Amino acid sequence: MVKEIERYGIPIVHMSTITTISESVGANRIVPTIAIPYPVGNPTLSENVELDLREKLVKRALTALTTEVSGVEYF
Amino acid sequence: MKLELRKIKVTDLALGNEMKFENGLLTIDPQVIIDGLMEDVNVKSVKVDIAKPGDKTRIIPVKDVIEPRVKVEGSGNGFPGVTTKMEQLGSGVVNVLSGAAIVTIGDIVGFQEGVVDMWGEGAKWTPFSTTYNIVVDISVVDGLQPHDHETTVRIAGLRAAEIVGEVARNITSDEVEVYEMGSIFEETNKYPDLPKVLYVEMLISQGLLHDGYIYGVNSQKILPTLIHPNEELDGAVISGNCVAACDKITTYQHQNNSSIIDLYNRHGKDINFMGVILTPELTTLEGKFRTCDYTAKLCKSLGADGVIISEEGYGNPDSDLLMICKRLEDSGIKTVLITDECSGWDGMSQPLADTTKEAVAVVSAGNVSHVVNLPPAEKVLGNPEAIATLAGGWEGCINDDGSMKCELNAVIGSTSEIGYHNLTVKLY
Amino acid sequence: MTYKVLYYVNQFFGQIGGEEKADIKPILKMEKVGPALGFEQLLGGEAEVVATLICGDNYFNEHEEEALKFIIDAVSEVNPDIVVAGPAFNAGRYGMACAGVANYVVDELGIPVVTGMYKENPAVDHCKAKAIVVEVSDSAAGMRNALPVMAKITKKLLNKEELGLPQDEGYFPQGKRLTVFADERGSERAVKMLVARLKGEAFETELPMPVFDKVEPAAAIKDIKKAKIALITSGGIVPKGNPDRIQSASAQKWGKYNIKDIDSLKGGYYTIHGGYDPVYANEFPDRVAPLDVLKKYEKDGEIGEIYQYFYTTTGTGTSVGNSITFGVEIGKELKEAGVDGAILTST
Repeated sequence: MVKEIERYGIPIVHMSTITTISESVGANRIVPTIAIPYPVGNPTLSENVELDLREKLVKRALTALTTEVSGVEYF
Repeated sequence: MKLELRKIKVTDLALGNEMKFENGLLTIDPQVIIDGLMEDVNVKSVKVDIAKPGDKTRIIPVKDVIEPRVKVEGSGNGFPGVTTKMEQLGSGVVNVLSGAAIVTIGDIVGFQEGVVDMWGEGAKWTPFSTTYNIVVDISVVDGLQPHDHETTVRIAGLRAAEIVGEVARNITSDEVEVYEMGSIFEETNKYPDLPKVLYVEMLISQGLLHDGYIYGVNSQKILPTLIHPNEELDGAVISGNCVAACDKITTYQHQNNSSIIDLYNRHGKDINFMGVILTPELTTLEGKFRTCDYTAKLCKSLGADGVIISEEGYGNPDSDLLMICKRLEDSGIKTVLITDECSGWDGMSQPLADTTKEAVAVVSAGNVSHVVNLPPAEKVLGNPEAIATLAGGWEGCINDDGSMKCELNAVIGSTSEIGYHNLTVKLY
Repeated sequence: MTYKVLYYVNQFFGQIGGEEKADIKPILKMEKVGPALGFEQLLGGEAEVVATLICGDNYFNEHEEEALKFIIDAVSEVNPDIVVAGPAFNAGRYGMACAGVANYVVDELGIPVVTGMYKENPAVDHCKAKAIVVEVSDSAAGMRNALPVMAKITKKLLNKEELGLPQDEGYFPQGKRLTVFADERGSERAVKMLVARLKGEAFETELPMPVFDKVEPAAAIKDIKKAKIALITSGGIVPKGNPDRIQSASAQKWGKYNIKDIDSLKGGYYTIHGGYDPVYANEFPDRVAPLDVLKKYEKDGEIGEIYQYFYTTTGTGTSVGNSITFGVEIGKELKEAGVDGAILTST
């Protein structure tokens, strides 16, 4: 899906845990995430710490979208 | 270690007023199973039924399949660490009701379970159409959390296998299989010229309905570990019930792991089979790197020349499979992988989620998205509507006459990645 | 009843002339011309070649649209049960013409096509997925060997018989990976393969590794404070009740849901994904698709706008073919909606 959306010229960031697969399927902007069942969360953390974690991950995604890349890059 | 599996051939199955075995006929008293399972306060009700090969019966949704056995000599009857006290498995004498199986059913989360057809078209796709099945439908008390629900159903299935297995205690067997292997040094001294082979069995370790257990320890919590093949054949590894039914390794398939048995058959002939490494498939990238490195390290430390790696599940575990492969091949260890594929309904899609050029020898156990058409059943054990919410079923796949379409995804054991069934994929 | 065959050849095999006639426009002859004659004899009376289409190779390649229009009209008029083209051997332009005809006839009319090409003819890759392309030698000297193979396959297709394996039947694999029963169980095959590898003997993988293509990264967003950002997930997060009945595995469709007026997915959404433990996502779906944080950033002015639709599907067991389709469809909508960037979360 990532590649096909990017083909329209829309920058897309893949937030995924198994980044080996992200690379294989051709994502260019990748934000590594926490775990498969909760990529942008962590149920073992307290509510505000978990929110802070999610904010930081989303921030990284926004940085990725605003950064020029020439190939695979991690944020 | 020396393990004797005394196979008592079950050739017929009936419900009756007592538990007994006579001339191939296994008779089941449902009340004995029900009473045994109701001892668990979380179990609300239990139904017991039977399904024989050739019956026009559909079983759905299947949670697990377990072989009924009893240990008559040596330590560790039942499933130590789970249903019985902790004991070392792998040695002794086990009486096996060979050809019989406990099949557990019952809703857990409302999706993701499996189908077994005992006759016709559907029978071809699952190995559990040829077993005499004692079908145990387990309902739990209201308000149980999903993880506790799963535990209750898992343990009830194992208990049912123990209860039925007791029938075999004083039966003499027709056939004895002996699995015996000394220490790695002893075997290597015996067969100094044979290539040293390990079996890496990957276990999905990803939460509810995606877990496996070793002596009761959730495989999520382990580092890759070496076990003697006999321990698995003796019940050390069990399934935490299933999701995508096609390639979840049921407890029955652990007890009869075909990769272990086929490697054993070559031991001392073409290969020196040294043991089994159980490797969890985790949900974090760090975890995957750790377990893949660790698995490769174990193989190297043990001096393996060749390794068979079997996957469990598809999607993200493809990445673990290929990472282990790459690490081993890069160290000069030859690998063969067993996996299945997601090539779409038409078979035109890329089969795996990941790729590595080092994977040059791969056995394919079938396309999980292959669509099969199943005729209406005369009798349905479980809930036929469940197919619409199964992994591999979809809305509108059941017709009014009861016939249905589904992907192999929903058929239990169909694309077994320990190579238990006989499907493959050819390029057309 | 005998089946009807329409035959396609170029100017040379159509007996009009050589290179100097390569720019002739297509013509339809209600007779058998060139290889069509010998081909019909090989059909053993089961089918008849009722017409031959002839087109100059240069004309086809330089005026493909006009040529195909004529051809499709001619095929519709003749209404054959099958179209046979070539064989084109190693002729590049003839091959591309056969491929062009084959793809168009299969796509537009649903009529099967059989052709023949040399393995290095670049046209093979253009049409092998749709037509049956028989492997032939590199020059017309191989006609005598090529036609019987093409005829045998043609008869099977006409009689709706299943074709055997490509290597047995003599055609190029179409790229369909079909599930079949093997003589031995998978573990036995694996052990044999390993023993062969250890002995240095030949072995054949059952699954050659896939090759994934790459796409050029799109340009970065210049001003995030004015950008419209879309949220997409393959984590199977849907409104409770799963109104579009998206599959829990091997998804056949995607869904889009209006999130304009909500600040979080909590409460109204859950996961139907069959590939992971759903408990944590069900508690709090934003752990999979971080709408709560995106909405917060939108309010704070850190992001211009969150696109009002949230897109979702299930990644587990979903074929790459389907995910490509989903990407094309979703990407088109995003483009049309003027979305500047997208965040895709996967489980």
